[in-house]
Amino acid sequence: MKLHLEKPWLEFSAERVARLPGQMGVFQLADDAGRVVYIGFAGGKSLFGLRSELEKRLGSAPQFRYEVNNQYQTRWRELLMLHVGAHGAVPEMNGHEAVPKLGRLG
Amino acid sequence: MDLELSDEQKLIVDTVRKFVRNEIVPLEADLDPDGSELDPADHDRLVAQVKQMGFYGLDIPVAYGGPDVDIVTRTLMAIEMAQHRAGLYTPCYGVFGGAGLAQLFEANEDQKQRYLYPTLRGEKHGFFGLTEPSGGSDPARAIKTSAVKDGDDWVINGGKIFISGADKADYGIVFARTDSSKGREGITCFLVDADAPGFHVRRVVHTLRSTSYATELQFDNLRVSAANVLGEVNRGFGIANDQLSRQRIPYAAGCIGVAVKAQEMAISYANQRETFGDILASRQAIQWMIVDNEIDIRTSTWLTVAAAHKANRNESFRTEAAMAKLVASEAGGRVVDRAMQIHGGYGMTKDLPLERWYREIRIRRVGEGPSEVQRLIMARDLLGGSFH
Repeated sequence: MKLHLEKPWLEFSAERVARLPGQMGVFQLADDAGRVVYIGFAGGKSLFGLRSELEKRLGSAPQFRYEVNNQYQTRWRELLMLHVGAHGAVPEMNGHEAVPKLGRLG
Repeated sequence: MDLELSDEQKLIVDTVRKFVRNEIVPLEADLDPDGSELDPADHDRLVAQVKQMGFYGLDIPVAYGGPDVDIVTRTLMAIEMAQHRAGLYTPCYGVFGGAGLAQLFEANEDQKQRYLYPTLRGEKHGFFGLTEPSGGSDPARAIKTSAVKDGDDWVINGGKIFISGADKADYGIVFARTDSSKGREGITCFLVDADAPGFHVRRVVHTLRSTSYATELQFDNLRVSAANVLGEVNRGFGIANDQLSRQRIPYAAGCIGVAVKAQEMAISYANQRETFGDILASRQAIQWMIVDNEIDIRTSTWLTVAAAHKANRNESFRTEAAMAKLVASEAGGRVVDRAMQIHGGYGMTKDLPLERWYREIRIRRVGEGPSEVQRLIMARDLLGGSFH
């Protein structure tokens, strides 16, 4: 598993999301320039895993990518910490939600 | 040995049990199954409640403002506090408070002012840095991280792995080799500030414990003042070792708590689930699993409480603590495994806490010294040898 999520961005459309697995994992949303605007996870309470978590956010960004991962809690924190390390703050849309206290890497 | 609880202990156990069942368990229904944090408002409310009960800061010595709870009662409480989904590693989500790092109580007054008291006030957080990539079971010999005297400072180079909380900590207790010609007599314990140049958290280490991660640390010419040597130079291993035996008792108790809850769930399910026209409890295969669970739980409990009694009497309890840790961690794993088997498909889901306990309790056979090292400790005591 790579430290950063480096998969290619996918078009964030209802058709794409409908084909997603129902598994647990993490995902990122990005603007047209590929700037990450949100990092989320699909956990044990997500009805259809990644699919339902991304469905909830359709229309909020043009691109997304995901990683199936049973360690979704720690992976989510890791991605947030990497983002804070690179940009000084959590992604814009995460700023509107409760974010756990994050550690620092580097 | 009389393992009967006193009236006061019965009252305390009952109080903690009700607290867990009435306050903690209902909150977990809305949390992520792998969650490890309460909503801050709930956390603060429950901390206030625990303070009212007089149990806050359970592991803080009385001299430092902690409640006067002996280690036997503390062990009984730990068994109760673990009886919920996050209970094995985050008993009651930390609302009973913590003492921070027990080694700090051995610090000198200047160090206490800078590290211990701010920690007790919740202003600072520390980490414990012992294990290295070269090994964790034999830290005295495996420690490669070096500290070299340079004027009034020590310069530390090396790294640590499987360190919890270092990425969020303000400081840490770091063990480094200060005399390469000696084994455990060449280790010194340092108080290291996490914002010092040369201190790096290199990566997150993901484990079976998906709710929380460990970290890997690197020290590049990290300068530490001689005033930050904890204890004496080359006497650091004793500081680590003294606490390791003591910590094994509540560590064992946590495993028992989870096993007790898993058994309770298994019995309840076996009494209501029907197969082939009768309840599961009527099947001998299930009955034997339930009985084997009970034997595992009672054996673990007796050994763990007996170890606590010896510690409470200030007698040597190294063998007893090692035995309790070994038996409780292995037996706890078996109990959870059987409970999952009894629950069938549901036992594998995140609808129930069993799958989380199954993953987390596996770590317990390795954490705080693997089963094999516990056997080595007991063998040394029993055989009286100084073998390696």
